[in-house]
Amino acid sequence: MLAIAPVHYLVLAAILFVIGMVGVLTRRNVVIILMSIELMLNAANLNLVAFSRMYGLHGQAFSVFVVADAAAEAAVGLGILIAFFRNRETVNMDEVDLLKW
Amino acid sequence: MMPVATAFFFYLLAGIAVISALICVTKINPVHSALALIVTLLASAGLYLMLYAPFMAGVQIVLYAGGILVMFLFVMMLVNIEQLYTEKMLNRQWLLGLAAAAGLGYFFVRAILRGAGTLPKVLPNLPEGSNTQELGILLYQNYMFAFEVASLLLLVAIVGAVVMAKRRV
Repeated sequence: MLAIAPVHYLVLAAILFVIGMVGVLTRRNVVIILMSIELMLNAANLNLVAFSRMYGLHGQAFSVFVVADAAAEAAVGLGILIAFFRNRETVNMDEVDLLKW
Repeated sequence: MMPVATAFFFYLLAGIAVISALICVTKINPVHSALALIVTLLASAGLYLMLYAPFMAGVQIVLYAGGILVMFLFVMMLVNIEQLYTEKMLNRQWLLGLAAAAGLGYFFVRAILRGAGTLPKVLPNLPEGSNTQELGILLYQNYMFAFEVASLLLLVAIVGAVVMAKRRV
């Protein structure tokens, strides 16, 4: 087998990001869309850690901030989801159309 | 300590991560999706360990797999799962979404292939024993202000989540 270079990690992160993007763009369920966003953030984190393997520790410091951001995003997103479910009795993204015309 | 059988473990963990990510995106039941996402996150924690980032691996397991995903599972108690099986899984523009994701993937592959030659060949020696210590020094000295802003962000997120989930404000 080939030796594993950081490029392999970058390719893996790109694959995971694209999978997460497919989830965001095609699914209707808001919970799964939020989980796909977590998947994309995780792929970005993998990229940062792979670059920090090459250029020093700063990438890992940034990925700590990305994790904090992901936690904040999940908390606020799920709060919005609860408020929305109480009003409309649905969790489907394409039924969130009050501001559309 | 030199890692052993790097290629084998990389392909094993990468395969687990990609397959469970696909399961996460394609399952109709959000509980199954959440469990698959936990497997993906644990596999990427293993990859962090292989990249000499033990602190990030611990944060990944404790915070992501242990904290955020538990929050997701709690919220799923609100969702009517039987109803989900009877309605459509994909939205109307799913074909366009797939095309957009494929285009993005194409650009990623192009960028990685073009940039792969510029990456450094010789990797620095990162000691994993002092990784947490050095990361702490970095966070509390170089990125002090950003760290404080992140704590403020978390405070705002807590208040916002409570306000939005409350019945009456």
